[in-house]
Amino acid sequence: MTDVVRVSGSLRNRLAVTLVGGAAILAILLFIIVRSYAAQIAQQGQDQIIGASVSSILDAAVVRDGAVEVDFPYASLSMLGTERDDRVFYAIYQDDAVISGYENLPRPQWQSGENRTFETVVFDGVPIRMASATRTLIGANVRIQIAVSVGQTQDALSGTLNQISQNVALFGIGFFALAALIAFWATATTFDQLQTLTTAIARRGPKDLRPVARPIPAELAPLVSSLNSLMGRLNQSLLQSENFMTEAAHRVRTPLATVRSHAETTLQRVEKPENRQALRAMVRAIDESSRAAGQLLDHAMIAFRADNMEQQDINLGDLVQELLMQLTPIAEMKDIAFEMAQEPDVIMVGDPILMQNAVRNLIDNALKYAPAESTISISVSHSPSPNVEICDQGQGFAPDEIGDLAKRFKRGANVAGIVGSGLGLTIVEDVAHAHGGKLTLTNRRQGGACATLSF
Amino acid sequence: MKFLLVEDNIELANAICSRMQLDGHVIDHAANLSDADAFSRTGEYDLILLDIMLPDGDGRSFLKAHRAGENDTPVIVLTARSQVSDRITLLDLGADDYITKPFDHAELQARCRAVLRRKAGTARTITRYGDVAFDPVAGHLTVGDNVINLRNRELRLLELLISAPGQIFPKTKLIDRLFSYEEDVSENAVEVYIGRLRKHLENTGVTITTHRGLGYRLDHD
Repeated sequence: MTDVVRVSGSLRNRLAVTLVGGAAILAILLFIIVRSYAAQIAQQGQDQIIGASVSSILDAAVVRDGAVEVDFPYASLSMLGTERDDRVFYAIYQDDAVISGYENLPRPQWQSGENRTFETVVFDGVPIRMASATRTLIGANVRIQIAVSVGQTQDALSGTLNQISQNVALFGIGFFALAALIAFWATATTFDQLQTLTTAIARRGPKDLRPVARPIPAELAPLVSSLNSLMGRLNQSLLQSENFMTEAAHRVRTPLATVRSHAETTLQRVEKPENRQALRAMVRAIDESSRAAGQLLDHAMIAFRADNMEQQDINLGDLVQELLMQLTPIAEMKDIAFEMAQEPDVIMVGDPILMQNAVRNLIDNALKYAPAESTISISVSHSPSPNVEICDQGQGFAPDEIGDLAKRFKRGANVAGIVGSGLGLTIVEDVAHAHGGKLTLTNRRQGGACATLSF
Repeated sequence: MKFLLVEDNIELANAICSRMQLDGHVIDHAANLSDADAFSRTGEYDLILLDIMLPDGDGRSFLKAHRAGENDTPVIVLTARSQVSDRITLLDLGADDYITKPFDHAELQARCRAVLRRKAGTARTITRYGDVAFDPVAGHLTVGDNVINLRNRELRLLELLISAPGQIFPKTKLIDRLFSYEEDVSENAVEVYIGRLRKHLENTGVTITTHRGLGYRLDHD
């Protein structure tokens, strides 16, 4: 009945992975965007300063006596000072010839129509940012085209960028952690609903097939409503089969009872030994069939209940007392006395109906096999674990069969004359196993059989 | 004793009635709930034997109404189901005991006795014979001020003998009475119990005489 459900993936994991993965992608995107924006702004800042430096050098250029004179102020270059001591390079060109500065500074690549460019070039093995601008100087009869390039290494810039990157990365990680936390919390609360529903259903007794009445989230409603309708149908069919069994038992047992009563009455009237023999055999056969039918039903009931056991506190002493009261009339017919030794409050957790059935079977057996005018002793005790022991003063178990008696339809060879179905001890053992206990059969030293149910 | 049997199966009812009458009991039969109701209102019964599945309703509803009407006549339910859970419901509804069909009449008698003993309404079941007062429900003999407790088999044996004093009961009949059908017993087994009864009846004027080849008879001086 408790088949393993085939599990393929987990909604909780899927949801968690999606949410956390989304948060990670968002964090990375955030990092890239903020960093590139920062880089752009920092670059613009550097460009403005270099551009200003270029402009101030160009402004200082004059034509004097037909020659170009550039006497630029110290500030033109010192404005480029940074805390990282970035190196500054410049070159002044007159008609593409270097007239001052670094000769091998890369030539500016003019964009068409522009008289100002910014570019990143490699000089002296390091990348530098270089601004260039041109200006036409007009003197007496001369037009001279001069150009100025100022380049600066980017140590300070990249330092600033690294700083910003670090901060942005920290911020991204923080964002990710927070988002992941929220994701886990959201999945947990979502699936808590499912979990409470599951627990509510799992905690039900074997016969509780009422529809789920507790309020549930809208998304679970279709599942729960089909569950409810399934339980409704199951309940219906259980009810039907129960009614059928009751009806069937009634239909079979009533005529059996008629035959038995007639046979008993007739037995009182006939004298001939062979007729009496036949009538007795008839009564015995009826007892056998009704007992077997009862035990088979019990066995089926136990197999069903063992899969969905009720878990209740059972006071073993009370349970035995109640059974003894019911069985006393039968014991009296053979003048058998019950002797009960009971420790107070021997409690175990289990299914009371199963336990009653098991203990009743053991006492029934003792009554069947004990000789008239003997005593059946029953003890209920705590130690070493909760147990019920039932001992009679009969002939005991055959030592070579004692291990097999609990097998289905196996009966002792020494009880061939006594009606029995061979299912009694099987039922007891099944119940014991369902409760994590065991049935032990022993012979007493002074004669008689002992059956112990321990848990 | 006087019984009311509520059972819709006529065959079974007849069988139970004739078996009960054989033991010297008086028994009325109701085949449905309304008859049962009428009988139990007008008649005085020691015990009601109640079937559960009846044509005009459930025996359990009769049980409920019976108890609600403060009628304390004990009820033994004849049930076709043997499951523990059904038994528990029956006892909860106020049945004094139940017996599963098909049943042994000796067991039914034993249960009746047990129920009546619990109810303690035993006064009118006492049979007097000679100087002996026999109470089959309480299970004892009273001779003058002397109360003798009988074992169950002694009791059942005496119950039969005292039901027709002066009549010879064959051994076979006594065996049927004392032993279950599950056991094979020799005819001599009954002698043990006859011997014990004789001992209890010593000096009471009541004797059990042996009639060789015929059986035993209860007489008094």
